[in-house]
Amino acid sequence: MASVTYENVYKRFGDMVAVDNLNIHVDDKEFLVLVGPSGCGKTTALRLLAGLEEISSGAIKIADRVVNDVAPKDRDIAMVFQSYALYPHLSIYDNMAFGLKLRKTPKEEIKRRVTEAAEVLGIQDLLTRKPRQLSGGQRQRVAVGRAIVREPKVFLFDEPLSNLDAKLRVQMRAEISKLHQRLQTTFIYVTHDQTEAMTMATRIAVINKGKLQQIDTPQNLYDHPGNLFVAGFIGSPAMNFFPGKLRKDNGRLVVDAGDFVVPIPEKKAGPYKAHADKNITFGIRPENIHDENFVPLNIDVEKVAVKVDVTELMGNEIFLYLISGKNTFVARVDPRSSLRVGQQAHVMFDMDNFHIFDAETEETIR
Amino acid sequence: MASQDIPKVMKQPRLGRKTDERKTASQNVPKIMRQGNLAPWLYLLPALLVMSFFIVYPMINTVALSFSNKDGTVSAATTCIAGNPCWGVFENYRYALTSEFDFSSPVSFWNTFWKSSFGNNIKWMFLMTAGTVGIGLAFAVLADRVKYEPLAKAVIFMPMAVSFVGAGIIWKFVYDYGTRQVQIGLLNSIITAFGGDPVAWLSTPGLNTLMLIVVGIWIWTGFCMTILSASLKSVPDEILEAARVDGASEWTVFWRIMVPIITPTILVVITTMVINVLKLFDIVYVMTGGNFGTNVIANRMYTEMYKNFNAGRGTAVAVILVLAIIPFIYYNIKRFLAQEAMR
Repeated sequence: MASVTYENVYKRFGDMVAVDNLNIHVDDKEFLVLVGPSGCGKTTALRLLAGLEEISSGAIKIADRVVNDVAPKDRDIAMVFQSYALYPHLSIYDNMAFGLKLRKTPKEEIKRRVTEAAEVLGIQDLLTRKPRQLSGGQRQRVAVGRAIVREPKVFLFDEPLSNLDAKLRVQMRAEISKLHQRLQTTFIYVTHDQTEAMTMATRIAVINKGKLQQIDTPQNLYDHPGNLFVAGFIGSPAMNFFPGKLRKDNGRLVVDAGDFVVPIPEKKAGPYKAHADKNITFGIRPENIHDENFVPLNIDVEKVAVKVDVTELMGNEIFLYLISGKNTFVARVDPRSSLRVGQQAHVMFDMDNFHIFDAETEETIR
Repeated sequence: MASQDIPKVMKQPRLGRKTDERKTASQNVPKIMRQGNLAPWLYLLPALLVMSFFIVYPMINTVALSFSNKDGTVSAATTCIAGNPCWGVFENYRYALTSEFDFSSPVSFWNTFWKSSFGNNIKWMFLMTAGTVGIGLAFAVLADRVKYEPLAKAVIFMPMAVSFVGAGIIWKFVYDYGTRQVQIGLLNSIITAFGGDPVAWLSTPGLNTLMLIVVGIWIWTGFCMTILSASLKSVPDEILEAARVDGASEWTVFWRIMVPIITPTILVVITTMVINVLKLFDIVYVMTGGNFGTNVIANRMYTEMYKNFNAGRGTAVAVILVLAIIPFIYYNIKRFLAQEAMR
């Protein structure tokens, strides 16, 4: 149990800056997920914390103690690796007991902790086996078990679920969340999968090209993305973007996306007034685009003419791939929608839920 | 009827008869070359002929010669000298196994044993194997951590490119013991430069075998390093990192994670080295000729055969050497098969 702090942390590999001035404070007992596309530096950030890479400059603190020069073994952390990294020559019991044996924990205590962890994870029947005799999901549990028995201050997870099949991944996701509640310890979890981030995190840090883009709770990140990258990364299917211009039309502020023009409702226009006649990117999430026959009540909507390109029936909803001039975008509409491929139609943009980004800085205008 | 299930092509009788105009490609192959009981032997025949002529026949002849006298004409029993112990047809073996020892007392036996070819071969086997594998492993681990790894490895591996005779000559210069004031031997010139007395490295019994073993280690360490290094690189980094995070020091990571994981390779390298060392001949032959208590089994075989022209004794030594090596070869093959089966 401890807080973790990154202070102006840089990591350079030659000319490449893998981690660029990272500043994050993780509270005790928090479940922080570092998320970003592959190669964005999130795993490097985690490895810096584990001590597996040396930081180029800045400071990393665990429980207010600077650990820059502390060896991994003395940082009191446990890490679960993507490949599980079980010791192939040791039995499952010995795999889990390895760290405790090195710390000269009494035999009885080791046995108690390993058995307890094995029960929590449902692997008590596998203790005498070797890792190669286990399935991927079982190995994953052992890797988690090996971390639990150590009772470390901080748990680190490096994409632990990416080698599992989809069903098992969903199941383990829930189990790791439960584990966090049960252990009441700081978890730092790296993934490229925004669904994992959204479902498990208390806070999410979105990283791109080595830089922290935004750190917030999952809901805030979803509702109030700070820039174009975060807006496009969080949410599936991703937010639709339309390059365009803000301009005044008969005294009203409108978004001119070239192929369509939508006015901004007066109550939301406030922050945008200063940006009139600027190039912007208009963003709207798929669920905020509706079939004109099935528009929820009490929202401000604007009509946009489209052609239906592809439809994907999911049962509880329909994904429509739409074309408007040179723009293609996705709508997530009511399953009763009768729109079919090739049809010319109108969809409704929910003008209570949209985002406008500065075309140059890519920051959200608000 | 089972025969009805066989495709038509297979039922075609006696090829060569023009029974069918529409012959398939496989039917055009002469029958003797087609899959069956004979074809595999046919493919093996050239190799078998060469092997039997150059390996099997000499082996049988060697065993036969080892039971006969000097020129292979009559049984070895005829060479017995009245009044001396004699093992009859095994007389050459008695000579090979006992002639180097002084059985008058346990102490004298002990002393003569460690100067005999057998004693020396045991020294070679343990020290050179331990030296090459140990140093090779150390270099493999250390080289893995530096930027100039290829260069470091190339330097260690280079002696492998030198012939044993060449290496023997190089090291003869290093160990040279000048009789006059000037020492051209590298080691002795270093010692005398520091005011010490020159040492007769190659003619001091006990010391000289150790010095020869150093040459062997110098040559073969590169080989062990290369194989062990390849094996070390196959250990996933994440496992080592997991151990470090788990609380292991580098020393613990090495002994408790790396070494156990590559143990199969280490064992194969050890047995391969033991086989190499047991057969060792060149270094001893070039540097001391087996004198001053440095003899080894292979050199004795050569001496009996080509210097003393005693084919019986020479072949008896050869057979003993082969028998000593067989267990290691057996072990190596067994491991190899086990590894193949795991794939």
